Amino acid sequence: MKRRDSLKAITLSSLGFAGLNPQISAAESIMPPDVKPVKIPGGRQKFEAERDAKLNADKFFTPHELKTVTVLGDIIIPADAKSGSASQAGTPAFIEFMMKDQPQWQTPMRGGLRWLDNVCTKRFGKKFADCLKAQQIEIVDEIAYPGKAKPEMSQGVAFFNMMRGFVATGFFTSQMGIKDLGYVGNTPNQWEGVPADVLKQYNLSYDE
Amino acid sequence: MDVPQIKKAAKVYDVVIVGSGAGGGMAAYQLSKAGATVCLLEAGGYFDPADPKYINQLKWAYESPRRGAGTTRAFGDFDAAWGGWEIEGEPYSAVKGTEFHWFRSRMLGGRTNHWGRISLRMGPDDFKRKSLTGIGEDWPLGYEDYAPYYDKVDDLIGVFGSKEGLRDAPDGRFLPPPKPRLHELMIKKAGKSIGVPVIPSRLSILTKPIHDRGGCFYCAQCGRACQAYADFSSSSVLCIPAVKTGRVTLINGAMAREVITDAKTGLATGVSYVDVPTMTEQSVMGKVVVLAASTCETARLLLNSKSARFQNGLANSSGVVGKYLNDSTGASRGAFIPALMDRKRYNEDGVGGAHVYSPWWLDNKKLDFPRGYHIEYGGGMGMPMYGFGFGMEGRNSIVPGRDGKPKAAGGYGADLKDDFRRFYGANIGMAGRGEPVPLESNYCEIDPNTVDKYGIPTLRFNYKWGEAEIKQAKHMQDTFEEIIHAMGGIALGKKPGPETNYGLEAPGKIIHEIGTARMGNDPKNSVLNKYSQAHDVKNLFVVDAAAFPSQGDKNVTWTILANSWRTSDYIIDQVKQKNI
Repeated sequence: MKRRDSLKAITLSSLGFAGLNPQISAAESIMPPDVKPVKIPGGRQKFEAERDAKLNADKFFTPHELKTVTVLGDIIIPADAKSGSASQAGTPAFIEFMMKDQPQWQTPMRGGLRWLDNVCTKRFGKKFADCLKAQQIEIVDEIAYPGKAKPEMSQGVAFFNMMRGFVATGFFTSQMGIKDLGYVGNTPNQWEGVPADVLKQYNLSYDE
Repeated sequence: MDVPQIKKAAKVYDVVIVGSGAGGGMAAYQLSKAGATVCLLEAGGYFDPADPKYINQLKWAYESPRRGAGTTRAFGDFDAAWGGWEIEGEPYSAVKGTEFHWFRSRMLGGRTNHWGRISLRMGPDDFKRKSLTGIGEDWPLGYEDYAPYYDKVDDLIGVFGSKEGLRDAPDGRFLPPPKPRLHELMIKKAGKSIGVPVIPSRLSILTKPIHDRGGCFYCAQCGRACQAYADFSSSSVLCIPAVKTGRVTLINGAMAREVITDAKTGLATGVSYVDVPTMTEQSVMGKVVVLAASTCETARLLLNSKSARFQNGLANSSGVVGKYLNDSTGASRGAFIPALMDRKRYNEDGVGGAHVYSPWWLDNKKLDFPRGYHIEYGGGMGMPMYGFGFGMEGRNSIVPGRDGKPKAAGGYGADLKDDFRRFYGANIGMAGRGEPVPLESNYCEIDPNTVDKYGIPTLRFNYKWGEAEIKQAKHMQDTFEEIIHAMGGIALGKKPGPETNYGLEAPGKIIHEIGTARMGNDPKNSVLNKYSQAHDVKNLFVVDAAAFPSQGDKNVTWTILANSWRTSDYIIDQVKQKNI
């Protein structure tokens, strides 16, 4: 098979033209006859598909918590000239899913949001999401820089580090974030080596 | 054995093989091509990398609700391998104060669905450790016995690499290697300056199409299984072609319970198994039984195959079954390379894995530990996946901002967003994989108190690293920092020290375990002869890595394939001579 042909075959099979692949018929013939078909997305095991469906049906965040996550997320990754904000990339929904998928995050997340609301209530008489933008930024400034934060804000720093990570992952693994970052792979291609101008920039060559 | 509730199938196969990974796949392929009727038992389900219902290749991070996190699959949501270190209903244990993590893939192709396609030959000295150093054990065979089989495996399966003429890393019949990526060129240059060789990797990935399989299209996702069959996995390259001969009966969902033997002759007559979909007891009969269930599963099967004649378990008159269990050592370190900040973007996915590696380069006679290691490298502008961006607060104060002024660690907002762009593709990682000293005191045995969901007694491990492995890990850490500094990089995190055994991974974590039914010339201290044939049962063979007395620092898949082929040839020869 020529490489170009194999690329063509891939495109076809990824579109679901399974019958074109001679391996498929071999596969079918050795499947036990009594296996009942289950609706499972490609690449998933049955228990994974069932587990995902259950997680998607459950809810973790209260409406207030979700609002706080959304406001905080957009402070961490706002829209700029190049791309949109964390919430525009669907980050709050991703964080909601992760809380259910990996329950060890639930207490640090829920407790951290409550810590944040408590600090804001003491200082401004309002929960974080209801504070003025300037008030929100005042608090964020006190927990976003681990090296400069006051000792009494240490739990807030830990919470913000976690939140920064989740927001960054959620944003930069989204379609919008991947485009922003400039990742241009995940597509059939021919690797020919580092482009010549880049080799030159780093004073490297393939001849050494 | 005479258990009334077991329904006996009438057919007697020429060969019954347990396990469809590298060893079992190769035996099924060779024996069926030679004309034998084969029954191939696989505990897990069917898998074909080209069937859309199994495909994860070319999916985007956002097509996973967890963005690729390893919640249900240890190596990420898109990894091809089903199973992992923990499987529901299939427990194992360890003696207090010891540790072993047992990775299992329950599916066609077994653990060839999870590996880096690193396809190294053992070197001549790797077979002669006891003679050369007084420590460990010699193989009953040498490199010269395996060389023709390594050659045949190269031709059948395909491996890229470069001719280097290194004694400890013998050359093969290589396809052309891919050119190094940018960070790999930097590693190569740094290595040269400090005397660490950095050469093209040797991976079983088709940089040129062979045998009707497609060529690599450079998506870096071999770990997800390749729909073009452009990398080696036992399902696509061995098992499915073997089934197509028409002589192989593949039974999926067949969890082997015992090897059945004849009380009078002591010969193996078949295998009893639990049919997983129906949870019924079944058995298949064969003239020859070949075990390839994986190092620990094969030991478990032998130890569980007790009878009046084999009270110690099958093929275990030596008492060696389960002993000398050994996994590769492993330690790693990450680094940030300031020169790689603000990189120009282009597609550098390449093949699935590093394009370069460092074979062992030093003389252990001049070191305080007896065995070597190789180094594998990571890095580049890969697809952002779950975990991206975590830990930026430990990173973005290391270098000045765009304005040249120092920055406070952490932060938020447009400035932070820009940092993620600036730091993208500027990290590298390196991992050592070393040879351990096989010890009798590292072993698995049958747990007297526990059974799995099939009612099969489970394994209990007893494994501790020795001084040799800990000192080797210390040397790895020193080398990693040397390479990082030579690159002008900044090592990340605290350097692992004695409190963590220098970052030495727990036994089983590298998934290179071997040795539980080792071959040897003396039936008193080995389980198999030099043809991987049980000393005690002449029609019983082991073709997975349980048979190996040692592993070098060479990931063992290529040697499993070569040994299984060699054993298959021997079986064919012995059947022709009517010896079995």
